[in-house]
Amino acid sequence: MVPLLEIKGLKTHFSTDDGILQAVDGVDITINKGETLCVVGESGCGKTVTAMSILKLIAMPPGRIAAGEIIFEGRDLVPLTSKQLDDIRAKEIGFIFQEPMTSLNPVLTVGEQIAESLRRHENVTRRQALERTIEMLKLVQIPNAEGRVHNYPHQFSGGMRQRVMIAMALACKPKLIIADEPTTALDVTIQAQILDLLQDMKERFGMAVMLITHAMGVVAETAQRVVVMYAGKVVEEAGVDALFADPRHPYTQGLIRSIPRIDLDSEHKTRLEAIGGSVPILINPPVGCRFAPRCKFAMNVCTEKEPLLRVIAPGHRMACHLGDPQSGGAA
Amino acid sequence: MSQYVLRRLLIAIPSLLGISAVLFFVLALAPGDPFSELATNPNVPPEVQAALRARFGLDDPIYLRYLHWLSAMAHGDWGFSFVSRMDVDRLILQRLPATLYVIGSAQVLALLIAIPVGVYAATKPYSLFDQIANTLAFIGFSLPTFFTGLLFILIFSVTLDWLPFVYTTDIKATGIRWVLEMIRQAIMPVAVLGLFQAASMTRFVRSAMLDVIRLDYVTTARAKGLGQAKVIVKHVMRNAMIPVVTLIALQMPAVFGGAIVTEQIFRIPGIGSLLISSILSNDTPVVMAVTFVFACLVVLFNLIADVLYGWLDPRISLR
Repeated sequence: MVPLLEIKGLKTHFSTDDGILQAVDGVDITINKGETLCVVGESGCGKTVTAMSILKLIAMPPGRIAAGEIIFEGRDLVPLTSKQLDDIRAKEIGFIFQEPMTSLNPVLTVGEQIAESLRRHENVTRRQALERTIEMLKLVQIPNAEGRVHNYPHQFSGGMRQRVMIAMALACKPKLIIADEPTTALDVTIQAQILDLLQDMKERFGMAVMLITHAMGVVAETAQRVVVMYAGKVVEEAGVDALFADPRHPYTQGLIRSIPRIDLDSEHKTRLEAIGGSVPILINPPVGCRFAPRCKFAMNVCTEKEPLLRVIAPGHRMACHLGDPQSGGAA
Repeated sequence: MSQYVLRRLLIAIPSLLGISAVLFFVLALAPGDPFSELATNPNVPPEVQAALRARFGLDDPIYLRYLHWLSAMAHGDWGFSFVSRMDVDRLILQRLPATLYVIGSAQVLALLIAIPVGVYAATKPYSLFDQIANTLAFIGFSLPTFFTGLLFILIFSVTLDWLPFVYTTDIKATGIRWVLEMIRQAIMPVAVLGLFQAASMTRFVRSAMLDVIRLDYVTTARAKGLGQAKVIVKHVMRNAMIPVVTLIALQMPAVFGGAIVTEQIFRIPGIGSLLISSILSNDTPVVMAVTFVFACLVVLFNLIADVLYGWLDPRISLR
């Protein structure tokens, strides 16, 4: 398969009063045409910053892409200016944000907000833009789209606003949609609807989706491939079946064990296992494995040497000293 | 909407009545009245004085005098200025153009400076431009207008002799010369008042912009590839201007008040200096009328601010 987007060794740093915060520290992610890739990890592990770095949507300054390449259809996006990126934003890569409540401008109608993207990237008249906006609203199943197009965001519910966001991101038929926790702020029932809708749209337009989430349930339902991130680094990457069947990194194992299961009978039910502690603050991070302080299997080598991503099976990579003959770790 | 405005205007009536009552009683408590001048004039015999006082009802109980004033006001009779020897409404109308010309120009100048500077400073926070703008704004609103006014007079009139420092309404010129002279004599008061206003407004615009610029929907707008200028104007400014417009509307009456000092310094024959001179000469009907006009302006601009707010922000519905 031809990769659509290739992130190589991306480092995004923020300068703060206390020092340089290495939010993303050498991340490699590849997304192929038409596939759904999930990026999972706890809050604060660099998922969103990675996604925002692709189109330079992070605040710069204080943010800065310190190193790496972001190759989209054979073109490196990192050296481009914000102005040059404007032609790619929404047209080639669409964004869906986490908070539908705050991601829409309260003083503009939803129609205006969808149409402005069309008018920016496609040579359409005001009337054509309006027609296509109504079409998009119908596509994301907003009832009475002709009337609703002139409504303001506060006149929509959370789920409906997220549908509007999806319509906005899809308006110019981008090749890649980046959805940053699109369902986190929504009710469980609405979450399923939005994921279904996203899946539907993906199939209809044949685009690739990069879905950022911290819910393993969402991953299992939607992803083809999964990237697990921890503290600004990729710790494991695998196909979705392989990851759930045979998680290799202790962090991935912990994430999977912390999902409630309904399929076990009562005698097998145990308390949910949580991963103790929290993500370290990424200013002057410790040497070695960043997960070591929270890892049940931590060895001496873990606090001395940083584990590198290595291929452990076809299409399955992880970064851990466990089972690595070169690190001397026991399997 | 019109129902809302009508209801607000009806609510304004009792508050204006209350304000006028308080004003009237406070003025009545103050020492001196329009006839105190007569008491010291040896040409007026005491019995004439007493007759005059009785005729104008000055010895009536205070509530009766207030009711008289109120019914006269309701009939459009604003009273008579004993010092200027003319009707109060005519006197105010005579003074109004100068005030509106100077204060209005100053306010326009303030907006022309504050909005572009505040907006640009907010798009590049902590840049050199922002730092300079902030420092100047800080200096600007730390210096009172009576100080900058005198400084300007000292520099531009006394030392350099570029501009006149007394404002006159009877310029002896016609046509284009008259226009130029009107502009020339307004430069200093407009600059003093306008820069002072601009200083505080710039800081307000900047902080309103900064509040909006980091919000999620601005990132959404950026993600659409709209370009910096369009994001700033359409998405950030449109939202940041809501509190700014409200503040300007609420400030309008205060600008008239603040102009009192500036009008005194530059001898502008406007409403502000009318108020000061009538207070000094115990011209109670004028003081009463001018302060009452200020009160009406405050009530009116509060209503305008609310209506503007509802118009600018679709989340607010006025009912």
